[in-house]
Amino acid sequence: MTDLALEPASRGAPQTSSRGAISIRNVVKTYGSGASQVTAVDDCSFEVAAGEICMVVGPSGCGKTSLLNAIAGFHDITSGEILIDGETICGPDRPMAAPGPDRVVVFQNGALFPWKTNLENVAFGPTMQGTMTEAAAKARARSLLAEVGLDDVAERFPGEISSGMRRRVEIARAVINEPRVLLLDEPYRALDALTKQVMHEALLELYYRNKVTIFFITHDLEEAVFLGHKLVISTARPCRPKTIIEVDIPHPRDRSVITSPRFRELMEAAHEAVRQEAVAAFQAGDKEG
Amino acid sequence: MAAGPTGVAVARSPYALRRAVVALAACAVLWQLGARLDDWTGVGAPGVGALPSPVEVAMAAGRVVVEPGYWISSALSFVRVMGGFLIALAAAVPLGLLFATNRTFRAIAFPVFEVIRPIPPLAWVPAAIIFWPTQEAAITFITFLGAFFTITINVLSGALSIDPRFVEAARSLGASRMTVFRRIVLPATAPSIVVASSIAIGLSWEVVVAAEIISGSSAMGSNSGGLGHFIWASYLGGSYDDIIVGMISIGIAGYLCSAAVRKAGALLTPWINAR
Repeated sequence: MTDLALEPASRGAPQTSSRGAISIRNVVKTYGSGASQVTAVDDCSFEVAAGEICMVVGPSGCGKTSLLNAIAGFHDITSGEILIDGETICGPDRPMAAPGPDRVVVFQNGALFPWKTNLENVAFGPTMQGTMTEAAAKARARSLLAEVGLDDVAERFPGEISSGMRRRVEIARAVINEPRVLLLDEPYRALDALTKQVMHEALLELYYRNKVTIFFITHDLEEAVFLGHKLVISTARPCRPKTIIEVDIPHPRDRSVITSPRFRELMEAAHEAVRQEAVAAFQAGDKEG
Repeated sequence: MAAGPTGVAVARSPYALRRAVVALAACAVLWQLGARLDDWTGVGAPGVGALPSPVEVAMAAGRVVVEPGYWISSALSFVRVMGGFLIALAAAVPLGLLFATNRTFRAIAFPVFEVIRPIPPLAWVPAAIIFWPTQEAAITFITFLGAFFTITINVLSGALSIDPRFVEAARSLGASRMTVFRRIVLPATAPSIVVASSIAIGLSWEVVVAAEIISGSSAMGSNSGGLGHFIWASYLGGSYDDIIVGMISIGIAGYLCSAAVRKAGALLTPWINAR
């Protein structure tokens, strides 16, 4: 709790990329007990550098979300520990991290509050934490919405705008808190390919302006290679890093990198690593079903 | 759902009013035909044949609506419905939320609640007359029962079906547990409260009449018993046209109340129709 209590003081400082390093060390997460016990994450260790975009790639249902939930503080871990900037948020002494605005989640199908306007949704975090007055939070929210091209729908409810727009509002709702880590759980899964492209560029633009560590779960390889500094390719359930691919295409990136030979090579490498796991997951599913 | 930035609430069909009028008129015509079938063919229509015709009822209504007694009866019933309904709303919303948020309390109190819930409000009438000091209180208690269980159950299920991601998102954005209740659970349950209320006020109208018929006939004069008593007195006095007038009055009153609740609800939950 103390770290959260101290947060507001540092909030006014300009964001630097020296915050938000994630260390995942020997994390195990099991559900249930006895014969029905399922291991979702098994002895998982990897590092995410501060200000890095880390894409966690793996077949659906492999336990990636369990890892994200542990970092966010929604679920506990069975053993191991997770550190942010060298500070243990969950570990042997404390299996469940406290959820907080330094690690904000953008959910798979979106979780904007339908009873609040888009502007109120974005202003929710700072208002709740008391780091800004409501008026200041709304002013900041308005400028963030303008940054993602949504100032004209600020006063509308989330139910009134398209799902692509909702995703942008939700990312603005996260970014306004100046989190150390932005946790994205397949945020663009339900979007069509064209909207997805626009979303990717909008996310990168936002990232270049507000440097923050991004922990991004996906199973879309093109998305992973286009956005990430690094791909952590997970094994099929239980989740454990199988291969880590460093994407050496320099940022800032735009759509043109997709046609570059290096992009194709990296896609091919990622594809090969994922394919083996997808086959394994498929066969395991066959046995269970 | 694919509403763009200009997407507004789906406009009500411009034909809606016309269709409603036509449907009501068609019912009246069928009823008139049914009621007069015996005169024309010698064979009475089943059921409707025994009723006064709509023309007779309309004439009776014209006579009744200028009598102050009718309006006093209506007002009495209205006050009883609103009294019972508002008390039920005030009690059932906190109870439903408590059931939803506190497992221990639910484990203790919910079985008791579930045993009492299936008892029809009308079965309560004799007991209510015995243990409430005045008849007024007894009838209001019955209208309370009519609304109370429905609202509680709907609020409970509404609160239980809140998307857990809303709570997680709020916690992650820095809301305390208390704030989550006020800022998330309450607004997320609001649509259920509105729907439950519009159903419940109709149920209160359903039970008020029977409660008045059973309890109101003894001590009160003919003008003080509410619409239920009005119907019963008309039956005893043999003025069958007035029975129908009383019935239709209740239908209209129930409809207007439900519509008013829905309207108020729409104002309280502006995000619901804004898509």
